[in-house]
Amino acid sequence: MPADLTKADPAVPDRTKAGTPRKDAARQAFAGVEAVPGSAKPDPILVVDGVTRRFGGLTAVDVAHVEVQRGSITALIGPNGAGKSTFFNLLTGFDKPDVGTWTFNGASLSGVPSHKVARRGMVRTFQLTKALSRLTVMQNMLLGATGQKGENFLRAIFPMTWRAQEKANTLRAEELLVRFRLDAKRNDFAGTMSGGQRKLLEMARALMVGPEMVMLDEPMAGVNPALTQSLLTHVKSLREEGMTVLFVEHDMDMVRDISDWVLVMAQGKVIAEGPPEQIMANEAVIDAYLGGHHDAPLQDEEQAAPR
Amino acid sequence: MDWSLIFSNALAAMVGLETVVFALAAIGLNVHFGYTGLLNFGQAAFLAVAGYGLAISVANFGFSTGAGVVIGLTGAVVLALLLGAPTLRLRADYLAIVTIAAAEIVRLVFRSVSLAEYTGGSDGQGRFSEGFYSINPIAIGRYGLGPLDFDERQTWVLSVGWTLVGLSCLLVFLLMRSPWGRVLKAIREDEDAVRSLGKNVYFYKLQSLVLGGVLGCLAGFMTAWGNTVVQPDNFSTETTFYAYTIVILGGAARVLGPVVGAAIFWVLLSLTDNILNQAKNAGYISDAILTGFQVGQVRLMLVGLGLMLLMIFRPQGLLGDRRELALDAR
Repeated sequence: MPADLTKADPAVPDRTKAGTPRKDAARQAFAGVEAVPGSAKPDPILVVDGVTRRFGGLTAVDVAHVEVQRGSITALIGPNGAGKSTFFNLLTGFDKPDVGTWTFNGASLSGVPSHKVARRGMVRTFQLTKALSRLTVMQNMLLGATGQKGENFLRAIFPMTWRAQEKANTLRAEELLVRFRLDAKRNDFAGTMSGGQRKLLEMARALMVGPEMVMLDEPMAGVNPALTQSLLTHVKSLREEGMTVLFVEHDMDMVRDISDWVLVMAQGKVIAEGPPEQIMANEAVIDAYLGGHHDAPLQDEEQAAPR
Repeated sequence: MDWSLIFSNALAAMVGLETVVFALAAIGLNVHFGYTGLLNFGQAAFLAVAGYGLAISVANFGFSTGAGVVIGLTGAVVLALLLGAPTLRLRADYLAIVTIAAAEIVRLVFRSVSLAEYTGGSDGQGRFSEGFYSINPIAIGRYGLGPLDFDERQTWVLSVGWTLVGLSCLLVFLLMRSPWGRVLKAIREDEDAVRSLGKNVYFYKLQSLVLGGVLGCLAGFMTAWGNTVVQPDNFSTETTFYAYTIVILGGAARVLGPVVGAAIFWVLLSLTDNILNQAKNAGYISDAILTGFQVGQVRLMLVGLGLMLLMIFRPQGLLGDRRELALDAR
């Protein structure tokens, strides 16, 4: 959607600006922040320094410095192959960078395995949804709960040691399922659900972990428009509950609608950041998406070049 | 043809030593493959390590039966850790390769001439089961029910064996309905998702490998005591593949699946064997069609055919749930 990139539709920001207290707070936090790559945020929850990941000769990710503001919704956009998902994998411990450090809540996360990253409060979802097909929706949810006594081998044999906790977790899962309108599917296998419902389940399951920061990798990919609205509302509600959201997305309308701040990646680097209205008009961003000379007439030698 | 003999043999096979041994091996494999999705192609190695651990420590070093059992169990745990530690971080197929190779290594080591002093080489090791039979509380005599008829030694072996099968099933039942079992099943579905929810997938896979290995090692003890000898070729890859067949036949990830599978597998083998032999002896089958030597091969073919039909018409196994199979796993 090239048109969306180049012309900022004034109607859209207006609709979203009439926001909630959390949204206003997030917006205010960004008031004094300079819209340049690597700018410092007033209260960063995630600080990334010099993270590089190479696959052979290809440098997939080469991020010099990035900060993510606590309590905000930050979008990570960029053309295909920009390294967004790889960057996600690195931050959440699913891949290891060649060099680089990053901290979450002030504590270093470099070299921390993925399950410990999740326990520290940074939980991710996946671009290709990972619903656990042959587990029921409720079992999927319960799996998310942390610190379960019954997940210890010896205690597992004695149900009385974990039954009370399981009951409490089930109640919490029930509430989340109602909120995500999945409660009717509670006892169905997750594999029987539609793609959109799986996305909802994955998000709800991530919330069972009780995260401080939620990393959503293309939450809207392959979801029909009706469900997109519902997903958008859910993402916004995460911020209302005080969580920080970092998400990868391609749909510009959605990015503009819900994000407080936008990071743009291209060829592994963060090439721009800023508030969504501003980023849509950013020269570097348009170049990254459309190519450097998209609005210039072709040069003679380019026209003569064999196809 | 003597049909009553055919059926009483089939019944004896249903509760017999082989069924017990393979039920135990398959219960362990079901924990690996059915619940956790681990491709362990070396279940025979766990049986071998347990059987030989018991036999060598009792026969060569004069340990008591109890100590021999502890040594066998320890051997199985160590083997599981050795196999799992380097491979469980990698993709599923690496475990398959390593386990199938390890099982052959274990068998060949026990078979080797240079260790024959301890292992008895290809003849195997005996002289270890007196301890087991000396604690037999069952009085000398014959015991049976209907056509079943066992002496006191067989009755003792089968009682211990079926008790172990029962306890193993109870353990698996308790574990798999707990949050611990839920994590294993989730790992089978998608381990990255489980990791992203804060579970140490590697550690759970290792626990699963050890648990299934220990259950398999009970099968090793039973085959050792039941046959009063351990022979390396009883622990060939065939053993593992029979156990896989049994798991799938009974229905993977079902508590009683391996037990039902093992019983039916051995009943089928007994039936085909007895029917073919009797038909041959009664002259219903001429030598032009089937010679006496070919009966053994043909019965396996028939069992294979039966299994194929089962997989076509009941792919979820006997106790499986068709709804689960209809879902695209992953």
